Amino acid sequence: MKLRHLLFPIIALTLATGAAAKSTELLNVSYDPTRELYVDFNKAFIAHWKATTGEDLTIKQSHGGSGKQARGVIDGLQADVVTLALAADIDAIYEHGKQLPQDWQKRLPDNSTPYTSTIVFLVRKGNPKGIKDWDDLVKPGVSVITPNPKTSGGARWNYLAAWAYAKHKQGTDQAAQAFVTALYKNVPVLDSGARGSTTTFVQREIGDVAISWENEAMLALKEFGREKFEIIMPSLSILAEPPVAVIDRVAKKKGTTAVATAYLEYLYSDEGQEIAARNFYRPRKPEIAAKYASTFPKLELVTIDGEFGGWAKAQKTHFADGGIFDEIYQNK
Amino acid sequence: MTNPAATLPQPSRRVLPGFGLSLGFTLTYLGLIVLLPLSAAFLKTAGMSWHDFVAAVASPRVMASYRLSFLASLAAGLVNSFFGLIVAWVLVRYSFPGRRIVDALVDLPFALPTAVAGIALTTIYNKNGWVGQYLEPHGIKVAYTSIGVFVALTFIGVPFVVRTLQPVLLELEPEIEEAAASLGANRWKTLTRVILPELYPALLTGFALAFARALGEYGSVVFISSNMPMHTEITPLVIITKLEQYDYQGATAIATVMLMASFSMLLLINLLQKWSRRYHRI
Amino acid sequence: MAAVIVSSLSAPMPPTAGGAPRATHDPVWVRWTLTAVALVFLGFFLVLPLAAVFTEALWDSQKKAFRFGPYLAALRDPDALAAIKLTLITACIAVPANVIFGVAAAWLIARFQFRGKSLLSTLIDLPFAVSPVISGLIYVLVFGLPGWFGGWLDAHDIKIIFAVPGIVLATTFVTFPFVARELIPLMQAQGADEEYAAITLGANGWQTFWRVTLPNIRWGLLYGVILCNARAMGEFGAVSVVSGHIRGETNTMPLHVEILFNEFNSGGAFAVASLLALLAILTLILKSIIEWRHTRSQRS
Repeated sequence: MKLRHLLFPIIALTLATGAAAKSTELLNVSYDPTRELYVDFNKAFIAHWKATTGEDLTIKQSHGGSGKQARGVIDGLQADVVTLALAADIDAIYEHGKQLPQDWQKRLPDNSTPYTSTIVFLVRKGNPKGIKDWDDLVKPGVSVITPNPKTSGGARWNYLAAWAYAKHKQGTDQAAQAFVTALYKNVPVLDSGARGSTTTFVQREIGDVAISWENEAMLALKEFGREKFEIIMPSLSILAEPPVAVIDRVAKKKGTTAVATAYLEYLYSDEGQEIAARNFYRPRKPEIAAKYASTFPKLELVTIDGEFGGWAKAQKTHFADGGIFDEIYQNK
Repeated sequence: MTNPAATLPQPSRRVLPGFGLSLGFTLTYLGLIVLLPLSAAFLKTAGMSWHDFVAAVASPRVMASYRLSFLASLAAGLVNSFFGLIVAWVLVRYSFPGRRIVDALVDLPFALPTAVAGIALTTIYNKNGWVGQYLEPHGIKVAYTSIGVFVALTFIGVPFVVRTLQPVLLELEPEIEEAAASLGANRWKTLTRVILPELYPALLTGFALAFARALGEYGSVVFISSNMPMHTEITPLVIITKLEQYDYQGATAIATVMLMASFSMLLLINLLQKWSRRYHRI
Repeated sequence: MAAVIVSSLSAPMPPTAGGAPRATHDPVWVRWTLTAVALVFLGFFLVLPLAAVFTEALWDSQKKAFRFGPYLAALRDPDALAAIKLTLITACIAVPANVIFGVAAAWLIARFQFRGKSLLSTLIDLPFAVSPVISGLIYVLVFGLPGWFGGWLDAHDIKIIFAVPGIVLATTFVTFPFVARELIPLMQAQGADEEYAAITLGANGWQTFWRVTLPNIRWGLLYGVILCNARAMGEFGAVSVVSGHIRGETNTMPLHVEILFNEFNSGGAFAVASLLALLAILTLILKSIIEWRHTRSQRS
């Protein structure tokens, strides 16, 4: 008699926890500026998933500098999907622990980058220092804000965009290195992530110009008002491709491969592309891109593969220990 | 810092129970929480070749970070020694309204989370801040420079010197001062010849503590520093940066160097405290 | 090292200064100058940061008005509540663990002579001198996926780092010596005479501990608990390395402050920071009360 009294609550409890465990949970480990994008996108995908499969879904987010986030996944952060700032950081997850296949970038369309962005300048209203193009950034007395390429994905795109500009204009790698060296001489603060850099420029009011992700610059305009800041498009920039991938090891273990893949694929859907565009990421889909053409001005963009021979090479030459970026700081 | 019990004979271990239990528990807990994880750092480093180790811990950027960490901690320790001496003196010798509140406040840096201290100091010392706006026109930049690092390290070190000096000041025999005064020494002479020498061991201990604490500080510094390689990058930040570049060995090697430094500081502090105890017994 | 943090309980308390003027008193102008220097120094380095936290949290400098609404909203946000909850859970595990350890270590060091005692004493101090960043790093080396136990833990589906256990462990490491360092000098100063008497009168070990030792050290213990708790709730560097920053799950209050700060929400960041600052003030008040009670109980 007594035992039965005890048994019922235990069974009920077991069932309850069993049911709770059934509601699927995804963890999206992402980089700094995508907080707002994935807050919107997660809402949309949860509704979409409920409508198509009837399953309840919880999606957790984690944001930080791209390198820091990849380091977390390597050390065992249970990410079902990663949405990072550049391919090199996902490559690192492959290299250190083989948590996904080497050819991860071929599994989804467009190099696994559902949206792109580029690198632009954010200046204070009225552009008091008259900044028009990259050349103005190396002038004496101009203070430039950009994060640390060692830890920030965005910062690496910034660096490479400046390099590409100088190389195109002056032709040689030496000239490009001299240009980038001069540029970093004008940098008073190196934050560890893109968002920290924006905060420094916008809230701390340090610097005359911030080199920034286009989406980050547009978000700053939206949050703080067009009466305070302006965006300047340089004559040449880089096509920044922030890739996404399922972490096979985690997804297999948690049994979330299907939903994780669907989650990433949904980024390519009309709704996913719309959400990306509304959060100032350039959509891949031509129709959606056409619809938001007025938001995203056209400019000359070089690619990482065309200009630098891919991320692996760029990473090794420029950002590895003893690479060109280290040289720049040691000779400063 | 004197310890009256040290002179008493300790009871033999047979009389009081619990030696085995407390020894076993203490060692197990110490081993699991502190020694096992720390040994991971040493073993990881031991797996490196000597050449790699030197390359990791002595690269120009890392050397620059040691220099900043060392010099900023040294400066913060010295400033804290000077002002800490005054604060301790004022708190022990003088009475003024609010003395108890000021006394309690000295411990604030122990109680306030370092990240909160970091953003608060940055807010005050950036160019629009309460203090920064008056310094910036004179060309003095605090936030995002090495001066900012120094300010943060000074903040976290405030209690150490004050708290080591207070008990020593309290125990100073007034008779010595009176004797000096009655023998014709003026106040300044009494202070420099009689009082200060009594305080040196405690002052040194306090300085060493503030210095050791400052060497490892991270939370408050990252907010107020501009974190520039070669210029305003402290050693703990270099460790984090290495880690974020997947350079586990490099990060661990630098961590090992810092651990050795901390351990030496601790030994030094223990010696200082022993010296100070002996000194005061005479 | 912590002997200083703990400073005052084993040493006599400062008597209220004043009383009969002595021949050795400083001239009035010296007193005023030194007091002013001390107050200005503490004002710049301690009062100003504290005031800045509350001002930034409650005062909207653009609208020139208080902002209680957004202040409360920032604290009621689900992510903020989750961070507060995690911080409390962490402290609730780390602090008692270190209390038990502290009592055992103090009993061992203050009551027995054995070989290696001073080495043990130094090792207990070690976490004080270790950079918080390194405290986080060593747990990653042990429990991270490529680390010593990573593979085994993963195979058995046990999460340590990037989950609550890792945050608790890192916090425990950082606050490790607080209670022990408070109790050791206190118990050494008190001596073992009372315990010795209890044992000879026929009490067993536990009875002696509960009836004699514990009442004697209760203020010191409480004092250690309060300092340990303040540090446990406020730790940033070590926890940041092992957290994984999963929103609503592995962010403690100090980490949440950083996140809000990075979301262009400095008002919210300072709102949560002000809670932590309140905790610090509460810690200082409790500490003063305990010191006062302790002095009184010693005098009587």
